[in-house]
Amino acid sequence: MNDMRAVERDVDTNDLKITARGVDVFYGDTHAIKDVDVDIVDNTVTAFIGPSGCGKSTFLRCLNRMNDTIDVARVEGSIMLDGEDIYDPKVDPVQLRAKVGMVFQKPNPFPKSIYDNVAYGPRIHGLAKDKAALDEIVEKSLRRAALWDEAKDRLDQPGTGLSGGQQQRLCIARAVATNPEVLLMDEPCSALDPIATAQIEELIDELRSRYSVVIVTHSMQQAARVSQKTAFFHLGELVEFGETGHIFTNPSDPRTESYITGRIG
Amino acid sequence: MSDATAPSPTAPTSSLLKQDERTRRRNRAETRFRAYGMAAVIVGILALILLLTSILSNGLSSFRQTFITFPVTLAEERLDPQGNRDPAEMARVTTFGYAPLLGQSFVEHVQSIGIETGLGPREMAAMISDEAPGQLRAMVLANPELVGETITLELLAGGRIDGFFKGRVTMASAERDNNVSPEQLLLAEALREQGVMETRFNWNFITAPDASGQRPEAAGLGVAILGSFYMMIVVLVLALPIGVAASIYLEEFAPKNRFTDLIEVNISNLAAVPSIVFGILGLAIFINFAGLPQSAPIVGGLVLTLMTLPTIIIATRASLRAVPPSIRSAALGLGASKMQSVFHHVLPLAAPGILTGTIIGLAQALGETAPLLLIGMVAFVREYPSAPPDGFFDPASALPVQVYNWTQRSDPAFVERASGAIIVLLVFLIFMNAVAILLRRRFERRW
Repeated sequence: MNDMRAVERDVDTNDLKITARGVDVFYGDTHAIKDVDVDIVDNTVTAFIGPSGCGKSTFLRCLNRMNDTIDVARVEGSIMLDGEDIYDPKVDPVQLRAKVGMVFQKPNPFPKSIYDNVAYGPRIHGLAKDKAALDEIVEKSLRRAALWDEAKDRLDQPGTGLSGGQQQRLCIARAVATNPEVLLMDEPCSALDPIATAQIEELIDELRSRYSVVIVTHSMQQAARVSQKTAFFHLGELVEFGETGHIFTNPSDPRTESYITGRIG
Repeated sequence: MSDATAPSPTAPTSSLLKQDERTRRRNRAETRFRAYGMAAVIVGILALILLLTSILSNGLSSFRQTFITFPVTLAEERLDPQGNRDPAEMARVTTFGYAPLLGQSFVEHVQSIGIETGLGPREMAAMISDEAPGQLRAMVLANPELVGETITLELLAGGRIDGFFKGRVTMASAERDNNVSPEQLLLAEALREQGVMETRFNWNFITAPDASGQRPEAAGLGVAILGSFYMMIVVLVLALPIGVAASIYLEEFAPKNRFTDLIEVNISNLAAVPSIVFGILGLAIFINFAGLPQSAPIVGGLVLTLMTLPTIIIATRASLRAVPPSIRSAALGLGASKMQSVFHHVLPLAAPGILTGTIIGLAQALGETAPLLLIGMVAFVREYPSAPPDGFFDPASALPVQVYNWTQRSDPAFVERASGAIIVLLVFLIFMNAVAILLRRRFERRW
């Protein structure tokens, strides 16, 4: 794929979906994220890049409060989703995570059938009134994840029997099935081969029409290929955040330039 | 990189076809180690074979018993002097009223088939088990219309006669024995040739209750098996939910702090507490303080539950920990609550491990003896406990305690019966382990 394609693409809307202000994250005594401000725009792909351990995954996990599951993690600052503070004591993280879906680094389908994998979210959230409605959601989600054609004849077979790329698309279908507004992806292609990666990237671009997608990636080429906005993290700080084309062609911070040209990271 | 002093590649320093001293030493060490390992395995297998052969050779004969078959005349004037077949009246005739009937009928039968013997009637009657009159009385009281008739009965032979057919009693040992004479053995031999005496499979060993020390031929495992079974029900019903709930809470929900650390250490320590200590605890708390009855399966079950809990908790926590964290993240990431993620995904994946741990805990409890001695389950119990739930409070025995009990008795026939009881216990244990393996296979195949 041509990396320069990124320059031609524009951000479609300017509606802010998520606004993070002054976010600090601590793991025990470690200050993992330092005073980060980020705006996630609706119907865009926002990429978080940076060297290992820079805090990009940690920040991503703040956006659906997955850090709550780690005892020692502490989050400060404000993260607003559609103008509501997701760290408000009144917010139940369970409800939040239905709105902000997540796809993980390693494909992690449940050891159940393909159908049950996709249907699990709608079932626990009561999204389908009957079997027919559930079937419809499953089909729609698998189609959106570009897996329907491969999976429609083996819906009752275990999801763990699929190939790596198919499993990751199954995980995307599973996340999409709960009808989220934001989709978080934590290095979704790092365990996949180049062909499966290309398929997922294509899929991410399609998903943009319905969701705002936030993707953490190690690969700068991937960020350039799929995202409209890019945030560069380094040592827990947000170094630079802006249009992907701008960051990759004309970075304003020397650290960003060093990373993009391969001198650090 | 090249080095001036290095030998040129065309001149090898050593031949690969010849082993150097170092390699030879290493290989010898490995061969020795393999030999030690094999020896250890062989010692283990030999010990197992020895154990099994000794138990089987001693115990298998307890499943067979010698019976005497002959017609018995139930004389009306002895059993129902009033002649009105009133069970209350008939119950006044004790077993001492029945014994002479049996003896007389036996002597007549021996004479009628033409066997010559120098024995007097009393000595001949002594060949029938002391248990027989009681059995006959129970039978007659249950069916009063039998009185006055002549029925053919199959009755237990005495323990010494039975031992003679199993090789335990010989002519030489009978010379020195007050309970049996060589003449009686000769008669027994003749009766067997006539088909009056027969040694065959004996269900009563498994179903009958225990019998007194003078009647080893009648002793069975019925009460002990029922008692053990009731205790296992109590243990399963209490230990599985409590153990699994405690493990899930500790593993998935509890905060990691000093208090939970303390609990964890204590659970591990509980697993190492000698079982007799649990017996003392059960005696003090369940019997003396809570006032539960002695010798009751409910108390045994409670004590064994305390003993089994650590095993189940440790096994359950290990299998919960073995479920990959990615499954939990996946469920949480979809908006499942913590409880949904545990019950929908983690628990089903951990189920085979939990079941195996539970069954192994149960098997341990089934074979446990020491705590049961302290809560009175060692008592001589001849009454079957009633059906649950009342039966949990009735006196009962337990399989391992029955083994212990029988080994204490003087009659050598109990050696055979104790070994037989061990065989029954082993069969139950093997069955439980097989169930554990089957369940494990079955659940694992589903994924």
